[in-house]
Amino acid sequence: MRARAPLLGLALALVLAAGAAAQARRVAEQQVQDVAAQLRCVVCQNLSVADSPSEMASQMRAIVRERLEAGEAPAQVVQYFVERYGEWILLSPRRHGFNLLVWAMPAVAVAVGFTLVGLVLVRWTRRGAAAGRVAATPVDTAMRDRIRRELEP
Amino acid sequence: MTPRLLRWLIPLSAVPVLALLAYGFRVNPRDIPSPLVGRPASAFALQTLEGAPLALEAQRGKVVVLNFWASWCYPACYEEAPVLERNWRAYRDRGVVVIGVDIQDKLEAAQKFTRDFGLSFPNARDTTGKVSVDYGVYGVPETFFIDRRGRIRAKHVGAVTDEAFRLNVEKLLSETTG
Repeated sequence: MRARAPLLGLALALVLAAGAAAQARRVAEQQVQDVAAQLRCVVCQNLSVADSPSEMASQMRAIVRERLEAGEAPAQVVQYFVERYGEWILLSPRRHGFNLLVWAMPAVAVAVGFTLVGLVLVRWTRRGAAAGRVAATPVDTAMRDRIRRELEP
Repeated sequence: MTPRLLRWLIPLSAVPVLALLAYGFRVNPRDIPSPLVGRPASAFALQTLEGAPLALEAQRGKVVVLNFWASWCYPACYEEAPVLERNWRAYRDRGVVVIGVDIQDKLEAAQKFTRDFGLSFPNARDTTGKVSVDYGVYGVPETFFIDRRGRIRAKHVGAVTDEAFRLNVEKLLSETTG
């Protein structure tokens, strides 16, 4: 009877520890995916480490997990890879310096496109209006007589 | 905007795009400059294919040619294996060591590879991929030339040639240990 209390305590501690460990792992899994999704799978063509089934990517995911479990922040883990591979390892380039051009270009291209379309439209409507004015000039009497004759049964 | 200017603007806007493409298609997309050149080489302790310990630290004071390869890497790794063996034999007495690191591979296939080419320099396996990542390896073969002080001085992507081996090694040998 006396031996039961410490045993119970041990069992309870074990259950709690297992629960805590399982929780830590679950959180880490999502974090691993989040970090891996930012990294380029080095042996693939345009796949992230999270999406690639390759052995290299799975080893990289294991490294990400290990570093996160060791208490590193996601940004630190990403930096670990950047230090070794350069910014090439990042699927989206960082938003600073020359890289900003990559982020700005699509928006600039769309803006230029809309401006061009706008300018062309203005020109077309102006020309159309001018053509309308020409059509509005009175038809001379000879022509009017001829139209009337041809319309009569 | 006058129509005349507009007529010129549209073809002119293609010029920067064409210039970018002309530049982009000329460079090799696989040729990415390594940020590791000039930095200390990461230490590692691996096991050779025969199970003996192999540590980079133990080679300090020598010029190290660190080659990443795999038995499935055909043809580049098959082309360079005789080159590495030949040059290792030529330079081993001058304080140069060649170390092969087999990555993403099966032990039997790797052992067959070293046997077939009669490789006599030490070859280790990177089973976890950690050494590959530490060296920013993105494919095989890749070769790093490490100076006597343990710094990475050059990275060669693709099969090593006699010329590339000699050029890099001679340069590092000519340096006095600082």
